[in-house]
Amino acid sequence: MSAHVEEIHSHGPGIPTFAKVWVALLVMTGAEVLLAYEQVPTLIMLTVLLGLSVIKAALIIAYFMHLKFERLSLFLTLFPMLILCIVLMLIFLGDAYRIPNMRPPG
Amino acid sequence: MSTQVTAAATGSLWEGGRSPYLTNSKKFGMWLFIISDALTFSALLFAYTYSRVSNPTWPTPFHFSPSIIFSSVMTFALLTSSLTMVMAVHAMNQGNRSAAARWILATMAAGATFVGLHLTEWMNLINNEHVTPFGNEWGVPLFGATFFAITGLHMTHVVIGLIYLSIICQAVIRGKFKAEDVEVAGLYWHFVDLVWMFVFPLVYLMSAKI
Repeated sequence: MSAHVEEIHSHGPGIPTFAKVWVALLVMTGAEVLLAYEQVPTLIMLTVLLGLSVIKAALIIAYFMHLKFERLSLFLTLFPMLILCIVLMLIFLGDAYRIPNMRPPG
Repeated sequence: MSTQVTAAATGSLWEGGRSPYLTNSKKFGMWLFIISDALTFSALLFAYTYSRVSNPTWPTPFHFSPSIIFSSVMTFALLTSSLTMVMAVHAMNQGNRSAAARWILATMAAGATFVGLHLTEWMNLINNEHVTPFGNEWGVPLFGATFFAITGLHMTHVVIGLIYLSIICQAVIRGKFKAEDVEVAGLYWHFVDLVWMFVFPLVYLMSAKI
């Protein structure tokens, strides 16, 4: 990443790269829709969908949002904190699973 | 910008008084906004997930036709708008303002298509499936509440993006604003696309009824 520092404006990725990323995003979206059509078991489906979404997000951030060609310090300032905060939100997941069993019968 | 780049390229980055990110302040400001907005959407998606997990009778009302087909076309429109936005930034970096304005208009057209299809899909859900933000026929009101909150907030972002791009576009045509302004608008637009990459599978595809 830091190797690109001095060439931010002159040597970004070209149009063929953007087109390839766009095609990759479309193919992954197609795969997701196919998965929904095939009615795969929920847990497998959720895992694959989230995995593909993270890859798609990474492609958009890296190429379309140009972060791959910015300084590494920009990435390090913004993203570890974001990822940590998002992972912290998982802390209530156990409670969500317990709620259905805590309802009074009837 | 170029003098700033030269100054920042020498010496340690973290001593202060330099530009550690080697980027202009508008772009950095937009990045900070994007990170905070990403947390907002994450919180909403987690709220949706937890509501769903704690309700074993969560409905799956999205038939393949029209809901999944509609939302897939909407996804295609947003992804394509991201490509046209990149092309606008690329044209602007090369100093081609008329091409940049055309690409921005193409981006706005795709964005408007997204909003139009989304509203049609909403009306289908409201009129045919009788889902509102406060209740539905399946007795799980949280479904409508979370669905309309997430997709509504996202659609609001798209509409704000359309207004933002229209301001940028007319300025580009009139010879105002620099390439970096178009790039910053592009960052916002790509973020809206990025959020949809999570909303579409989690809200639509996970609730598909084939």
